[in-house]
Amino acid sequence: MKEFDGTMVLDHIDATFRKGVVNIIIGKSGSGKTVLLKCLVGLTQPTSGEIFYDGRNLIGMRSGEVRRLRRDIGMLFQGAALFDSRTVLENVMFPLDMFSRKNRRERRKRAEFCLERVDMLQAARLLPSEISGGMKKRAAIARAIVLNPKYLFCDEPNSGLDPKTSQVIDELISDITTDFDITTIVVSHDMNSVINIGDNVIFLNEGIKEWEGSKSQVMDADNEKLNDFVFASDLFRKIKEAEEIISEEGKD
Amino acid sequence: MSIINSLENVGEYALLMKRVLTLPDRISQFLREFLKSVYALGVSSIWIVVIISFFIGAVIVLQIALNIDSPMLPRFTVGVVSREIILLEFSSTIMCLILSGKVGSNIASEIGTMRITEQVDALEIMGVNSANYLILPKISAFVAFMPVLVIFSMFMGLFGGYIICMVLGTPSVETYVYGIQAFFTESFVWYSIVKSMLFGFIIASVSAFFGYNARGGALEVGSASTRSVVINSILILATDLVFTQLAMG
Repeated sequence: MKEFDGTMVLDHIDATFRKGVVNIIIGKSGSGKTVLLKCLVGLTQPTSGEIFYDGRNLIGMRSGEVRRLRRDIGMLFQGAALFDSRTVLENVMFPLDMFSRKNRRERRKRAEFCLERVDMLQAARLLPSEISGGMKKRAAIARAIVLNPKYLFCDEPNSGLDPKTSQVIDELISDITTDFDITTIVVSHDMNSVINIGDNVIFLNEGIKEWEGSKSQVMDADNEKLNDFVFASDLFRKIKEAEEIISEEGKD
Repeated sequence: MSIINSLENVGEYALLMKRVLTLPDRISQFLREFLKSVYALGVSSIWIVVIISFFIGAVIVLQIALNIDSPMLPRFTVGVVSREIILLEFSSTIMCLILSGKVGSNIASEIGTMRITEQVDALEIMGVNSANYLILPKISAFVAFMPVLVIFSMFMGLFGGYIICMVLGTPSVETYVYGIQAFFTESFVWYSIVKSMLFGFIIASVSAFFGYNARGGALEVGSASTRSVVINSILILATDLVFTQLAMG
């Protein structure tokens, strides 16, 4: 649970996030998605409740333990949060510079490998101010995976991006989750992401977990609030209508 | 209510300093940030220190020369009094008040912008002690460079006086030079340097505190920057009073 000044923002959320798949938390703006994500990574303390990482409870951990746990966490922020004064390569190398015992050459090699993985090696020497929003997100993904994290958190990875770039980012997140066998938790309000990569989908509404299922179940769910959210988009409403027509014709 | 808020701020500042004043995670990264800060906060401030010190030094000598016009006082008094003003108060206190505007707002806005663009959160998520990583190099760099700025200021202030004597001829250059050497107390220089290092700590840490706790958007970063300059100025003046009484009284 999480309260802000007496207002309940998250209420009895009970969820398990699976390894090796993309877990997506969806919901309208103000439904508590980002607060939940911040609670999960320890940037915000929940008012009550427990958060377990492979049996280790984040709540009540000492600051040193939290910092050690966080070395297993990679996070993609909404605005990418690259360090302005460092080049893309230096940004990706930063976690290695801080925590890796590898020598500089090996650290650089690892950073370049991660940049190549997200197809950003050509922009390694540029500053964040010199690259586009989509490139920033890709560089931030490279930074998030450079220490081989067990858990990857993504806060609105597609915000501010065009549909094509959004799809690239979605596919990248999905591929990385599978290739590195990590637990990925994505917060999004983008239904395209849900359909593209949402292996496990959790729908939040006004701080309450309303529904949980897979991407194939989202379109046919009988939850009214979820349907309101999903079919608020013309595209998805038309897809649903088309599916119904096809199904009717099939019966005939 | 504002008293409670102020006390809360003092408590939060103390807690932040507890996180800041610890051993860095990586010495090499600390040194890198330290050197960057030496340049950004110290070296880049030399020009403003030089210009202001030169003109204020010249004005101090001019004012004293014009206003001390008693046959009871020898003309070299102008040099003696100007030197004491520059060494004891101008080069440390007044210069730090000016630097709190330049350096203080620089630190508060830089860290504040990092806060609102989630760069501070990104550091935390990586398991980095963000307070220590961001603030300790700035405090240590500014405190370490402060004596250089103070010495520059002293020389330029006295040099400004020299030039005004050369231009106006009253007092003569020889009398002025004699005056600035007469009854010289070396400990005043050390007093000024120690005091400025203390002010340097206040400027860097208080500005960092306001930047680190900035929330919201660009408006809040601007407001944090302004508040840091105001609070720094008050703290510098209050500390000057206490320090002067303790050290000289």
